[in-house]
Amino acid sequence: MLVVPCPNCGPRNASEFRYAGEYRPRPHPSQDVTDDEWATYLYTRSNTLGVHTEWWFHTSGCGLWFLAERHTKTNAFVKSYLWGAT
Amino acid sequence: MWHDRPLKDGYDVVIIGGGAHGLACAHYLAKEHGVTDVAVLDKSYIGSGGSGRNTAIVRSNYLTPEGVRFYDESVKLYEQLAAELEFNVMFSQRGHLTLAHTDGAVRTMRRRAEVNRLQGVDSRLVFPDELAHICPQLDLSEHPRYPIMAALYHPPGGIIRHDAVVWGFANHADRRGVHIHQQTEVTGVDVRDGKVRGVETSRGYVAAETVLNATAGWGSTIAAMAGLELPIATAPLQACVTEPLKPFLDVVVVSGSLHVYVSQSSRGELVMGASVDPFGSYSMNSSLDFVEGLAGHVLELFPFLSKVRILRQWAGLCEMPPDFSPLMGFTPVEGFLLDVGWGTYGFKASPICGKTMAELIATNTTPDLIYPFRLSRFAEFDLVGEKGAASVGH
Repeated sequence: MLVVPCPNCGPRNASEFRYAGEYRPRPHPSQDVTDDEWATYLYTRSNTLGVHTEWWFHTSGCGLWFLAERHTKTNAFVKSYLWGAT
Repeated sequence: MWHDRPLKDGYDVVIIGGGAHGLACAHYLAKEHGVTDVAVLDKSYIGSGGSGRNTAIVRSNYLTPEGVRFYDESVKLYEQLAAELEFNVMFSQRGHLTLAHTDGAVRTMRRRAEVNRLQGVDSRLVFPDELAHICPQLDLSEHPRYPIMAALYHPPGGIIRHDAVVWGFANHADRRGVHIHQQTEVTGVDVRDGKVRGVETSRGYVAAETVLNATAGWGSTIAAMAGLELPIATAPLQACVTEPLKPFLDVVVVSGSLHVYVSQSSRGELVMGASVDPFGSYSMNSSLDFVEGLAGHVLELFPFLSKVRILRQWAGLCEMPPDFSPLMGFTPVEGFLLDVGWGTYGFKASPICGKTMAELIATNTTPDLIYPFRLSRFAEFDLVGEKGAASVGH
């Protein structure tokens, strides 16, 4: 089973987590966001074959939402961290 | 069946991806529109991607009118395909059952049945008394954790030999002069002034003013070469077969709540698949989690299979769009066309997809049947929500 590195709990089985997709920066609502920009944020994904940044939610653990960098072909994690950190 | 031919410097049309979709498009381009200066490029052997990894189920009992109309045309083409291709594709319209284990699922099945019938598709809700005649092997008792309350019954649904479909299309395209180039990987798409000019391949540059991306699973990687990002996320889907058994199951059985579909092939093996893996990936590795979970669910439906052994398992790649409908047609890059985003429902669309994409290429206009599936629907917030008819919950 895939082992996911939770920044809080350390390595845990993927069955404890919910994968929440690729990280996409959200346009700030206070700015003028066009329909195209909004649709791009909502729907478009880079769907990279290689290392990308993604959201995980430790549902059956500490309840933490965090970011991880993972290679999408080998499934090897590079690192994981809280949003806002790097 | 088909020939190795020299790779030319240029073609009128280059189709990336030698699966059932790409080869069907080449076949219909040559047959119905007289366009024969066509190359189909595949990085491996033909049919090695999704076309050879699906569970070979064909059906048209979808949820949206747009989806039902489209897949119904596909079923009609499949019914004629063996004659058209002069090749036995072993299409067996044995009936298709989608089980409902909750009140919510029963409501969805009823809605699908009504939408299907409005489009002229044979599809109806059946209850356990009738189910006992259609599929007496099912455990219809109150004992399971999720007892079966009803099912959507779709008699024209069935299974087919998926490799034969690929080979039949390849054979006929080749006979009419289409070049099929296996072991030819596209490494770049040449776009200048917003127009596609050709593709870079592992065997050299090929010029073309029309390039079709028919690489579902890897669609984003080819689109990225043309500078496009698409609304899809790739995830693996795993399937397996058991050792061959005496024939006992003559319908396709699907359970959304249990995330499983089962049919018995003509060799006697049970072909079983699940929903996509719980995280996105391009990995095609098999996992024990999958086969363990699937076996548990299959035993809820057919407890007597507990001693049957799994023969082999594999994975294929599914590109999931947000609305579970495909991406077909024009893009902002002139001449660069899409036939991607095929989620878990690509193989069953092969003939109609090839036919409509061939018409689109030959006439440079989008056929009405596939207009709802255009890429621009996302920017127009005009989605075709088909998630409720995906074979299993995702």
